[in-house]
Amino acid sequence: MNTLKKYLGIVWILLAMAISYYFIGIFGSKLTSGKQDDLVFGIIIFFILLPLIVTGLTIFGWYALTDEYED
Amino acid sequence: MSEKSTKGIWKIITASSLGTMIEWYDFYIFGSLAVVLSTKFFPTDNPTAAFLSTLATFAAGFVVRPFGALFFGRLGDLIGRKYTFMVTLLIMGGATFLIGCIPSYQTIGYLAPLLVLLLRLLQGLALGGEYGGAATYVAEHAPKNQKGYWTSWIQITATAGLFLSLLVILLTKGLLSKEAFEEWGWRVPFWISIFMVIISYVIRKNMDESPAFAKAKTEGKTSLNPLKESFNNRLNLKFILLALFGATMGQGVVWYTGQFYAMSFMKTVQNIDSSQVDTLLVIALLLGTPFFVLFGWLSDKIGRKAIMMTGLLLAVFLYRPIYREMYLLTDAKTMKESGNSLVSDGCKVIDSPVASILTESDKADPSIKNSKVFIVTKMDSLFSSGAIFHYTKTDTLFLDKALAFDLNINAKKEVWLKYDAKNSNGDFIHTSVKLKNSLKAGDTPAGVDTIHCGSLRQFADGKSIHKSHEFGKSKIANLIVTKNITSNVKWYLVFLVFIQVLFVTMVYGPIAAFLVEMFPVKIRYTSMSLPYHVGNGIFGGLLPAISTYFVTTAKNVGNPEFYLEGLWDPIGIAAVCFIIGMIYIDRKINTLHD
Repeated sequence: MNTLKKYLGIVWILLAMAISYYFIGIFGSKLTSGKQDDLVFGIIIFFILLPLIVTGLTIFGWYALTDEYED
Repeated sequence: MSEKSTKGIWKIITASSLGTMIEWYDFYIFGSLAVVLSTKFFPTDNPTAAFLSTLATFAAGFVVRPFGALFFGRLGDLIGRKYTFMVTLLIMGGATFLIGCIPSYQTIGYLAPLLVLLLRLLQGLALGGEYGGAATYVAEHAPKNQKGYWTSWIQITATAGLFLSLLVILLTKGLLSKEAFEEWGWRVPFWISIFMVIISYVIRKNMDESPAFAKAKTEGKTSLNPLKESFNNRLNLKFILLALFGATMGQGVVWYTGQFYAMSFMKTVQNIDSSQVDTLLVIALLLGTPFFVLFGWLSDKIGRKAIMMTGLLLAVFLYRPIYREMYLLTDAKTMKESGNSLVSDGCKVIDSPVASILTESDKADPSIKNSKVFIVTKMDSLFSSGAIFHYTKTDTLFLDKALAFDLNINAKKEVWLKYDAKNSNGDFIHTSVKLKNSLKAGDTPAGVDTIHCGSLRQFADGKSIHKSHEFGKSKIANLIVTKNITSNVKWYLVFLVFIQVLFVTMVYGPIAAFLVEMFPVKIRYTSMSLPYHVGNGIFGGLLPAISTYFVTTAKNVGNPEFYLEGLWDPIGIAAVCFIIGMIYIDRKINTLHD
């Protein structure tokens, strides 16, 4: 189980990167559409949700990789 | 547990839960009244855009919750739980009351939405501080092996607050006329809050500080800098991240899907009458609420992890079948295919005035070019089961030279707009609309005698009966459908929402005890509040806006299952959370700080 926990750390870091790519692709147009509602939505996605997921998952993955979650 | 201590803890539960429930009530009133608030405070002619603006404000209220968790969590770990959650109660109550007092946009202009936004942010901050305090306070009073059971009473408060908000709205709507409610009655639920807050404040004032915190304070073991100790300490930060990605993130999306997205889905995707949705949601919540306590109690016996993970897994696999079933229940095509025939397939105009005319010139000249005529047609469609679908269709006719040919003034000086429309058989039938005698900008005609129109199916499909019009360019500006469902459908929907509420109770019932047990007393308030409010406030709170975006996008590109697209957000997040929770959460995690 400890080995699984450790190597899944890589998956979480990769997932963080994949989410960034996906969010930019899907919601990127929101920031440039010129509509006020889209802008608010885009700001929340890009400046709150995305950094939180990416930073959090990366640190979580790093901790897993460095055996912080070992039994 | 002795009878005396049981009595004592019930007193604590009542005082804590009452205040927390009122805070949730305050918070949800805003969401439950989102549609009417959008028309009062957000300056736009497009109701969808107005609604999205409100959702954005709603999200703003959620997004600031983690900041409230940090600010008040720190205070709670420095000066005590009791005083901190009394402050949050007063801030929340004051902000809610004031939202009910703000004049509309029409009266004070942009100051109105600005004030609403500021007060909404205050509500978010207060809620961020409240929940962690109440959960910690109750858990620190509860015996070691019963924390799940006793804190589950705090867990009920969120659903009870939503339930209460819907109930107050339904009662207010029931006691007032539709016009009165839309004019000023929507303010009543906000005003009522102040009375509830005063009562709760008085009850809380007489409570003692939590024994665990009081002991730590006496022994000088409280933290001097809770934020630094929580987030600068690798050992503690890893648990905060685990709590977020392995528990609260999934719990947050399951909570908001079961209770908020379900409501939004029925109102805006299925187009069911708003009051019917509120009623069936109230019933489902009422039936589901005892399960918070059941799963809280069970988590003391078999562990928190097993119950929470089961709830997440069920949600991942069952959301799509549940929402498909919900949608098909009110889909006109499916209803007809299942033998629910259309009794009234014609278009019956049921209201007037139903047409207005706007020209781009002040000249009262019916033959003027480049004029626009808006024809608003209200129709009913009755099914054999008793279901009634109300259609309000607004057509915009752009008059050109040819169409002016159709405008006639008869001997009585009545102006008639005449044109041809296709009926359900594809034949052209003659159509007449009586307009006001004079044609000038902003005129509203006296009424319409008859509009012969085609099959309702054409309207439901969003196709214009004027599409093949020979005389003028035309298009559908808007089509609003409101569905009145039958009792059978209503009860089936209650059942489908109830199942979702069950998932909510599985993931949410044990989570307060789970979080409290993860962190030491001196930084507990701060450390447990943050993952809770990030999971619920950000992952959960943004869910309705993100899911609505997915549904709208899928609908615009013609995806036949567009109504299921909004579920990718909760399913994806709950699935990742399940995997992390299953692999990384140790069953012994709740004994770390014994």
